[in-house]
Amino acid sequence: MPNTVPITVNVNGRSHSADVEPRTLLVHFLRETLNLTGTKIGCDTSQCGACVVKMNGVTVKSCTAFAVQADGADVTTIEGLAQDGNLTAVQEAFWDHHGLQCGYCTAGMIISVTEIIERNPNPSAEEVRAGLEGNMCRCTGYNNIVKAALAAAAAQQGG
Amino acid sequence: MTTRIFGSGIRRREDPRLITGQASYTDDIKLTGMVHAAILRSPHAHARINGINTDAAKSAAGVLAVYTGADIEGVLNPIPCAWAIPDSDLKAVAYPAIASGVVRYVGDAVAVVVAQNRYQAEDALELIEVDYEPLPAIINPEAALGDGAPQLHEDAPNNQAFHWVAAGGDTDAAFADAAVTVSETIRQQKLIPNPMETRSAIASWSPAMGELTLWNTTQNPHIARFVTCLVTGVAEHKIRVIAPEVGGGFGAKIAVYPWEMITAFCSMQLGVPVKWTETRTENYLATTHGRDHVEYVEMAANADGKVTAVRSVVYAGMGAYLSTAAPGIPTILHGLMYSGPYDIANIKADVYGVFTNSTPVEAYRGAGRPEATFLLERLMDKVGDAVGIDSVEVRRRNLIEPFDNNRDVAIGITYDSGNYSNALDQLLGHIGYDRFRHDQEHEREHGTFRGVGIACYCEICGLGPSQVAGAVGFGGGLWESATVRIYATGKVNVFIGTSPHGQGEETTFAQIVADEIGVDVDDVEVIHGDTDTTPMGWGTYGSRTTVVGGAAVALTMRKLRDKARVIAAHLLEADEADIEYADGQFFVRGAPDRAQSIQDIALQANVAWNLPEGIEPGMEASTYYDPPNFSYPFGAHAAIVSVDPDNGHITLDRYVAVDDCGPQINPMVVEGQVHGGVVQGAGQALWEGAVYDDNGQLLTGSMMDYAIPRAHLVPDIEVHSTVTPSPHNPLGVKGIGETGTIASTAAIYSAVMDALKPIGVTSLDMPLTPERVWTAIQAAGYTGNGHGHSHGHDHGHDHGHGHNH
Repeated sequence: MPNTVPITVNVNGRSHSADVEPRTLLVHFLRETLNLTGTKIGCDTSQCGACVVKMNGVTVKSCTAFAVQADGADVTTIEGLAQDGNLTAVQEAFWDHHGLQCGYCTAGMIISVTEIIERNPNPSAEEVRAGLEGNMCRCTGYNNIVKAALAAAAAQQGG
Repeated sequence: MTTRIFGSGIRRREDPRLITGQASYTDDIKLTGMVHAAILRSPHAHARINGINTDAAKSAAGVLAVYTGADIEGVLNPIPCAWAIPDSDLKAVAYPAIASGVVRYVGDAVAVVVAQNRYQAEDALELIEVDYEPLPAIINPEAALGDGAPQLHEDAPNNQAFHWVAAGGDTDAAFADAAVTVSETIRQQKLIPNPMETRSAIASWSPAMGELTLWNTTQNPHIARFVTCLVTGVAEHKIRVIAPEVGGGFGAKIAVYPWEMITAFCSMQLGVPVKWTETRTENYLATTHGRDHVEYVEMAANADGKVTAVRSVVYAGMGAYLSTAAPGIPTILHGLMYSGPYDIANIKADVYGVFTNSTPVEAYRGAGRPEATFLLERLMDKVGDAVGIDSVEVRRRNLIEPFDNNRDVAIGITYDSGNYSNALDQLLGHIGYDRFRHDQEHEREHGTFRGVGIACYCEICGLGPSQVAGAVGFGGGLWESATVRIYATGKVNVFIGTSPHGQGEETTFAQIVADEIGVDVDDVEVIHGDTDTTPMGWGTYGSRTTVVGGAAVALTMRKLRDKARVIAAHLLEADEADIEYADGQFFVRGAPDRAQSIQDIALQANVAWNLPEGIEPGMEASTYYDPPNFSYPFGAHAAIVSVDPDNGHITLDRYVAVDDCGPQINPMVVEGQVHGGVVQGAGQALWEGAVYDDNGQLLTGSMMDYAIPRAHLVPDIEVHSTVTPSPHNPLGVKGIGETGTIASTAAIYSAVMDALKPIGVTSLDMPLTPERVWTAIQAAGYTGNGHGHSHGHDHGHDHGHGHNH
């Protein structure tokens, strides 16, 4: 058996302990060990952003972090956003504004947009676009993703 | 009267699972006892395999089996090509799932490892020793056809896969008589489709039942079943193909690949479920590419700019083998569209399909029509320059007059309906064309280089009549089907043969149902993607799902409405002829207060306690719809760009689209299709291109090296529409999935050339990278405003094409 390391990660408010190989990527830990398959793998090179999750309050590409690096961390995935069936403002806005087509980039997009708005509650379209530089989408041309981000920001300001 | 649901931009019914992470794509699925396959791929573009040693891999941790080409011989049949273009001398070369003897591109499969987990499978790949004897490789399709080129297949001399010619009129005479002729060499670079989800498959073989279940990232599960039957030998009714959530396709998920056949083989050998999922790097090598033409094109015109003829010689790279639909793309979907929206009396397309040592090509969004549009628009600009008229005016003089029911074009096909000049007029208004030209003049004097590019297009989609499919060598039909079942509770399931993967038909088809029979859209659920539960259909590509599949849904609803009318007459004790229908209610003319709702009638039909004589129980109907013609959407697009002459950087300032896809079921979904299509076409114009070295190594082998458009690089896309119904289908709709890509590459390219005109750059290869543009600006002698170049110096300077032949 390969060497394994015990880790404990708090994912979406629930603590998980497991023994993982040191080389196990965080995204594989989430998808294979915890069965949280909402986080996607789109590339091997940290380019596409489909695997973006939140770790200790900041977004990370979970294909570029080892599971052992998440030991003791708080991780939020797409599955952890909606509370009691209530979508977040960003999720609602993606739905309202057709901010997704095939849905494969969507988890990473929603988590990235959530962070963009947290950091800058009233972003311009240009700022949203700059903030999404690390998230690729091949379906939407980004048009409605930007629209959704601006709408979510406006909704949060209004609310 | 409520707002009509057909035409309403309601939010999508598929989205809740997608925005919460609850959707299941193939790689998300886990089966009990499932093991993992990884494929060893050739690092050489062309090599002889003198030996393979798998001993170390077989004894590695967790490994269940290692198979090579020798193991599949006589068990897995070669991968068939499904589009045998007639009268083209097409060479259906052997396409083995695992290479044996010779590898023909970087990415060709050499062996497969099956292990308990994916990490172990990939570890074991490293332990396989292959003795390769490298052979010379050839990448450029024109060069591959030439004397002395390395030969890929013994039974395809000169690497010629096929040679196809289509013509109408007398092109030679038209060129001989022309006042003006223009020509261009166009390199339609090889593109890598990049759906965000890579390919993946899970095969589960039941030895007891002799049944194979295949989860597969496909655009067309029924075709996948058909081909899986041919390759594995498992009978078609014993194969179930499931396309679960599919993360984009763009043509790259049409083909039936060796990889899922290998996965099936492994499961059948081992008797356990096997999963295979591509890495992105593997996707770049082993999932089909698009385009890859070298084109020599010419246009002839009168002195007033009226075009009289267009002709081409095209060398279309096929890659190392013929993928499922590849031969149909540069021929039927390209050469037949050389009239575009224009009235051109003489047309000739002369297309060579050529094998090269590169990843096989397949349909890629637009598939043949972007290339056709590009060459027409490029030549139209050159005709305008040659006769001295503006790029809009030259198009206007050549557009086909408006027509609403059938217009033959010289190449021998019949367009459905069109009002091309209207789309162009609308576009010019939206962009403020005259104002832009006025400002541009002024800006140029100050060393600012902005350009506008116009692309008018008409494209062929909504494939298509099956009879035509057969006549042009397509190995299947092109009809679609729907089965609709209304339950006793009035809720509706729609089972469709097509297989959308992001285009939103779970919503738009529900809108068709709701519109046709007056149920709430939330009472309709559309089921697709599983060959065991859906009626046969040919899949989602060629912008055909709504045109053909949507028509099947609409016609099915009309059958159910007819049945409901008979039952309503019985229940209301009235004559059927006196029953009227409105908004889901059936009533005797003049007595709407005593109506039977569709829900009432569905209940009666399902319990069958009191049905009229001769009426069968149940509320279910099916339609197999074969369209009488293709659909021909059209439009006009404009791009406005700025070029920084000091560094060659291009900024896409503005993009405006006017498209006509007939009546829109859901405008929000239509706009989304245009947005995405436009940006994908922008990718070809400005950033994307598969680059190979002379040895056939893909240098753009990852997302770090291959430049997909990102959010900060593109502007908001302005989308407008006109509505010209198609006379050929019951909804009047035309396809919209590919129009953005079809128009935008040409429009953006034209805008850049317009911007560079005063500098004297007249031709460039795509993608228009800063380095390429800057080099051309330097070669043209531009040294900054007021130094060496005066306003209007725009004639005849050609920097010499940098074609990577």
